[in-house]
Amino acid sequence: MTTLDALKIRKDFPILQREMNGHPLAFLDSAASSQKPNQVVAALTEYYHKYHANVHRGMYTLAAEATELFETTRSKIAQFIGANSTREIVFTRNATEAINLVAYTWGETNIKTGDEILISEMEHHANLVPWVRLCQKTGAALRVIPIDSDGRLDISELDTLLNAKTKLVALTRMSNVLGTINDVAPIFAKARKLGAVTLVDAAQSAPHIGADIAELNCDFLALSAHKMLGPTGVGVLYGREELLNAMPPFLGGGEMIDQVTFEKITYNELPHKFEAGTPDIADVVAFSAAIDYLNALGMDAIHQHETEITAYALDKLTAHPWLTIYGPQSAENRGAALSFTIEGIHPHDVSQFLDSAGIAVRAGHHCAQPLMKALGVDATTRASFYIYNTNDEVDRLCAALQDLRKFFKL
Amino acid sequence: MTHPLDALYRDIILDHYRSPRGVEPLDSADVCTRGSNPSCGDELQVQLKIKDGKIERAAVKARGCAISVASSSMLTEVIEGMTLDEAVEYGEKIRKMMHGEELPDDIDLGDLDALKGVRKFPVRVKCAMLAWVAMLDAIRKYRDGEPNDSNIEITTET
Repeated sequence: MTTLDALKIRKDFPILQREMNGHPLAFLDSAASSQKPNQVVAALTEYYHKYHANVHRGMYTLAAEATELFETTRSKIAQFIGANSTREIVFTRNATEAINLVAYTWGETNIKTGDEILISEMEHHANLVPWVRLCQKTGAALRVIPIDSDGRLDISELDTLLNAKTKLVALTRMSNVLGTINDVAPIFAKARKLGAVTLVDAAQSAPHIGADIAELNCDFLALSAHKMLGPTGVGVLYGREELLNAMPPFLGGGEMIDQVTFEKITYNELPHKFEAGTPDIADVVAFSAAIDYLNALGMDAIHQHETEITAYALDKLTAHPWLTIYGPQSAENRGAALSFTIEGIHPHDVSQFLDSAGIAVRAGHHCAQPLMKALGVDATTRASFYIYNTNDEVDRLCAALQDLRKFFKL
Repeated sequence: MTHPLDALYRDIILDHYRSPRGVEPLDSADVCTRGSNPSCGDELQVQLKIKDGKIERAAVKARGCAISVASSSMLTEVIEGMTLDEAVEYGEKIRKMMHGEELPDDIDLGDLDALKGVRKFPVRVKCAMLAWVAMLDAIRKYRDGEPNDSNIEITTET
């Protein structure tokens, strides 16, 4: 038994009662996308049944109600991450879009030839591709913090990598491949002293260990609703108000404007300046129920459950000489994304076999090709755990891996 | 004891996976193409030596899942000696088979018959097709006089 009553939690997730290929589903791919509790699904349905109207514009009561629900989610997010104001919370499609927004607006107006952007070797493509592209566009240089043999950031050369030319430091708080929880705050503190802007990719970390922008020392933060029990189609960009005010708009259209003529356009105030067109209203509203669910459990308890199940899984999986786990080998400062390879069989075939046993895991490069290269592999299999996963499911995974070796005659 | 994946991982497939044929790179290939399924981590490089309009030698260096490696191994055995037209026609037949079409009875698939099991697992069809798509691309490149893909060092893992 862990800190959370996972069995009680599972009752809120009917999908976990289904079978996959004739076996009870063991969903071990929350790092890709989390399942949604009844409360979130109900909120979505209720919105469409009772409250739907376009937001921010209507003069009638129904529209005011829809707007209120929409803006309530914004306030809840601001509270969840400790932001000073809802003006600093921008809704996007997902964390990827949030990071791209920064690259296209803040990036293109602030980065020039000779500048440097610092990221790490373990970044997800969402926090890598926009910066590579920005450097190619502007002639800035990309610097990369390598990983060490434990799968943590190797900060031995940080004083060289982070210097007076650095204009932006963008790092992941938790790796979706290695599970590593990065101590970004001191790195960001150094960066800010040098006049650089800091961005944290919180897509994996926010759902599992929460996010506090003051603690993290970040100017920007990106997260995705669907990884934290919320619906797909919603992401959040947190940006410090002064920065967001100075940035040009991203997409142009309705809602983000103030006055429009054919010759001149003035823009709306924050955060609407960055929210062009009709947003994903229903999913933003339903996201509110996800935050409520997480708050009811408590992020500390969720973090504790995470650590416990990670420790249990590491203990069982590292016992086998034919299995290699990547990333930190202990549960300290490590999340429950466990990437591994099995000698003699490709991750794709491992996933196929586990699938036939009802176990859902992911195989491939996990949107982190440079990281795969650094690890010396083409692909890994990844099992990831969340609030509704149990130690029994870890046991099932281990038993299936033993069966797999027999099946493939390894 | 039977297992639901027996149809996919037939012994002949695992045999080709464990001991793939045609992996030795050619000294002087006439055409070289690479293919990849980046979403799952399969990569390969196809080399063809062509003489008098016939495929004299075929080599595939493949790094990836059992299905992609086995399929590429079978490819090297079956297309050697074929004319370019024959190889293209055969490749198209394999493509049709993998997408569920029935083939005429006179087609002798040999070891490739084992790939029929992949059809039940649509996600894996692209793994089985990877080498064939690359081979067809290689022949097209050769005929169009296109430059080769730079020789990517694909070291085969154990």
